[in-house]
Amino acid sequence: MSETPYAVEMKDIVIRFPGVLANDHVNLTLKQGEIHALLGENGAGKSTLMNALAGLYKPASGIMRVFGETVNFNSPKDAIARGIGMVHQHFMLVPTQTVTENILLGLNEPRFFMKLAEYDQKILALQDQFGLRVDPTAKVWQLSVGEQQRVEILKTLYRGAQILIMDEPTAVLAPQEIDELMKTMRSMVDQGKSIIFISHKLHEVTAVADRVTVLRKGKVTAEGHSMEGLTKRDLARLMVGRGVIFAVEKKPQEPGDVVLSVKDVEAENDKGVPALRKLSLEVRAGEILGIAAIAGNGQSELAEVVTGLRPCTGSVKINGKEVANKPPIVAIKQGMAHVPEDRTGVGSAPNMTITENTIMKCYRENPIGNGWSINFTNARQRARTLKEKYDILAPSVRTMARKLSGGNLQKVILAREISAQPQLMVAVQPTRGLDVGAIESIQTLLLEQREAGTAVLLISEEMEELLALSDRIAVISDGRIMGIVDADKADINEIGLMMTGTAVPAKSMEAAG
Amino acid sequence: MNLPFTIKFEKRVEDIPKWLPAATSIGSVLIAFIVSGIILKIIGGQPLLVLKFFYEATFGSWATFSDTIVKATPLILVGLACAVAFKMKLWNIGAEGQFYIGAFAASLVVLIPMVSPDSPKIVVIGLMMLMGMLGGAIWGFFPGYLKARFQVNEIITTLMLNYVAVLWNNFWIFDKWSDGGFQMTPTFEKNAWLARVTDYAREYSAFIDEGGGLAKFLTSIGLDRISGMTLHVGVAFGIVAAVFMWWIFDRSRWGYEIKLIGDNPKAARYAGLNITRNIVLVMMVSGALAGLAGMSEITGVVHRLQERISPGYGFTGIIVAWLAKLNPFAVIIVAILFGALIVAGRELQPSGLASMLQGIILFMVISSDVLLRYKVKLVRTQTAVEAA
Ligand SMILES: Nc1ncnc2c1ncn2[C@@H]1O[C@H](COP(=O)(O)OP(=O)(O)OP(=O)(O)O)[C@@H](O)[C@H]1O
Ligand SMILES: [Mg+2]
Repeated sequence: MSETPYAVEMKDIVIRFPGVLANDHVNLTLKQGEIHALLGENGAGKSTLMNALAGLYKPASGIMRVFGETVNFNSPKDAIARGIGMVHQHFMLVPTQTVTENILLGLNEPRFFMKLAEYDQKILALQDQFGLRVDPTAKVWQLSVGEQQRVEILKTLYRGAQILIMDEPTAVLAPQEIDELMKTMRSMVDQGKSIIFISHKLHEVTAVADRVTVLRKGKVTAEGHSMEGLTKRDLARLMVGRGVIFAVEKKPQEPGDVVLSVKDVEAENDKGVPALRKLSLEVRAGEILGIAAIAGNGQSELAEVVTGLRPCTGSVKINGKEVANKPPIVAIKQGMAHVPEDRTGVGSAPNMTITENTIMKCYRENPIGNGWSINFTNARQRARTLKEKYDILAPSVRTMARKLSGGNLQKVILAREISAQPQLMVAVQPTRGLDVGAIESIQTLLLEQREAGTAVLLISEEMEELLALSDRIAVISDGRIMGIVDADKADINEIGLMMTGTAVPAKSMEAAG
Repeated sequence: MNLPFTIKFEKRVEDIPKWLPAATSIGSVLIAFIVSGIILKIIGGQPLLVLKFFYEATFGSWATFSDTIVKATPLILVGLACAVAFKMKLWNIGAEGQFYIGAFAASLVVLIPMVSPDSPKIVVIGLMMLMGMLGGAIWGFFPGYLKARFQVNEIITTLMLNYVAVLWNNFWIFDKWSDGGFQMTPTFEKNAWLARVTDYAREYSAFIDEGGGLAKFLTSIGLDRISGMTLHVGVAFGIVAAVFMWWIFDRSRWGYEIKLIGDNPKAARYAGLNITRNIVLVMMVSGALAGLAGMSEITGVVHRLQERISPGYGFTGIIVAWLAKLNPFAVIIVAILFGALIVAGRELQPSGLASMLQGIILFMVISSDVLLRYKVKLVRTQTAVEAA
């Protein structure tokens, strides 16, 4: 055999979980020096397949070859030894240690004395090679999400990875960071690395991928298809098996009374730096107010202040009742629902069942709460209804949250929060990690909420989503409102300028009313 | 030397089978017995004889079984106390101290006295139960409050408070209430005694001794020595408490809150739970159960407040809760096993045998947790393959 072997060849891979056939005779080939996109609906089995390649799961049957050699991994260590590195969606870094320390963690070198300065240099050299900038001496907790991801990538490169698996790396990144990541990925393949890239954002896939493999319900529906000539629509059809409308329909509607009123709010972020500076805004019943901002400009803190999770100065009123600096229950009692940014850390309890996760907000009241006890029969019934309605893919409502695929966990949270029929919905990245089909249905549900008279505060990094759903868009930069514009009259370039902190032209201020 | 196989530990990715936790618990106990037997053999003992003796001394007859249950009673309550705290990932290792303060507070009813000494039994015992639980609850409150308000590590505070509790008791029994210079208070009046089988036996002895049908029946099932049985109603406290805690854990709103906070405190806060209050509450309930154990011990067994009322029940409770995987009914069973170990420990020679067994069980339980997280596999080594 003279031709170069595939970097990875997976043949007839079968992986089962109790009640689920996650991978059903899946084939996947990765050529050397290519970016290969892996697409599929939520729960299609993408992460599972990649975890098998990274040595975390063992397939029940099937063959894996790496650079032409048949491999049989018993642990991630075996996979690393073969040059396979995986960047997980949830980072596995030690926050109190420096970047260098994190990269060296678990290696045999350095053996005894931590000659850190020397290693800092090595890591800087690696950074130069691939254009991955991050201060090696910084502590991980000081880093932004994007920087932490770079550390994860450096970690795999430092271990000599030739094949990189990236599971939804862009889900947590701001648009600018995504562009940088794409450049890094390009530079890595130019230097001979091969990459498998999972994403639900089809425009990213069309932008960087050379070939694509699509999974549906554990089976391959397109195997190593060349990306040439494929459009977003083609990809969507391959994924969900039907046409997807990319624009949801928003009916014109007059907003009602003010539901949320935020006045002169100031708050600090986790590092003690001011994140919100005298910020004021209002959201009315039946209105969606979108928040546009570059990651780390205070939008996360705004959501936490409104939902009672972060102390602040100033006033936050829901239906006229002050909720600032009150425990979250006060806002919840005022009809506030919250889709949090961090679905595993905040939005769910990993070792509790779907049922238990869906009653988190309503276990106090009938028909779930019943005096001192909980009616679990009703709770399960309700969970089954939600599972059906929100198309949550899981063997049963007794399945534990940690076993759900990323997108299905997000659906559990959305189901819980939307079904509460809130008066105010604070939705932070509600469609993050969802497949195109699910995005469509969740966006439709959010618009239905609006029609039902819910006030929605929508924080999203997807400009398209903001434009499609919002009535008005407030642009925030460095904790200040730069301007509020009507979504249907909005000019993307103008919003972009405001997001970077440039002053607002007067005409759109008028439009904000 | 090259072994033909190497042992590999593979991290479990799939779910552990439902029966495995129970199996490892039972397995650890069995292995502990076997290991102890081997040690005994090595030092020249006769393991099988000892095992037979162990059985006879603990479960061999109704009378010895009664002794075992008497020792298991405080362990049930203390085991439940630890289980409720552990459910919320609060590491209460202060059940020992809460036990002592519970005993102390219950004695106050008699020693102050809080009610007239000739009050009916039901009043005295009822009040002592309340005081015992209150005392334990207060002892749980302090570490709970410090943890909830100031994030003070509860392991340290509960551990320290154990010593404080013992010394506090000593102060009163050595000085204030000492019975003629001994380190104990005078014996309580009978109305502060929990009902015991032996007391009833005495009351109805005339009836039984007359050789009536009942006496014959009792003899036939081996209950003829009923008059010596020290079993007291404290065990009923334990069983009621276990049923109650099962309801709390599995059916109640509060149990759901405990589980949610234990699993993900951030999600609990997000869902509007009051974590501060729940930490304090759980520590108080935990303390109250341990306090009730203290009360049951002084009213059911020693009938006065004295030194060393606990041979480390509070600490054994930790093992009991762990071995029972925090299941209230399993706590009862495990407590009986450990009760048996205590009883046997008094009679077996060498006398350290029972504690050794207890130590080995603990060691096995902790190491068996590895089995829950890893799969153990034998992997054929390269050389073995070639040789074949
Ligand atoms: N540890 C596990 N135990 C049981 N079932 C699991 C486990 N991990 C995944 N599954 C199930 O396997 C299926 C595939 O999950 P997987 O995480 O691979 O999906 P995915 O394609 O990555 O989806 P998403 O886009 O939502 O992340 C799902 O039905 C999921 O519930
Ligand atoms: Mg996934």
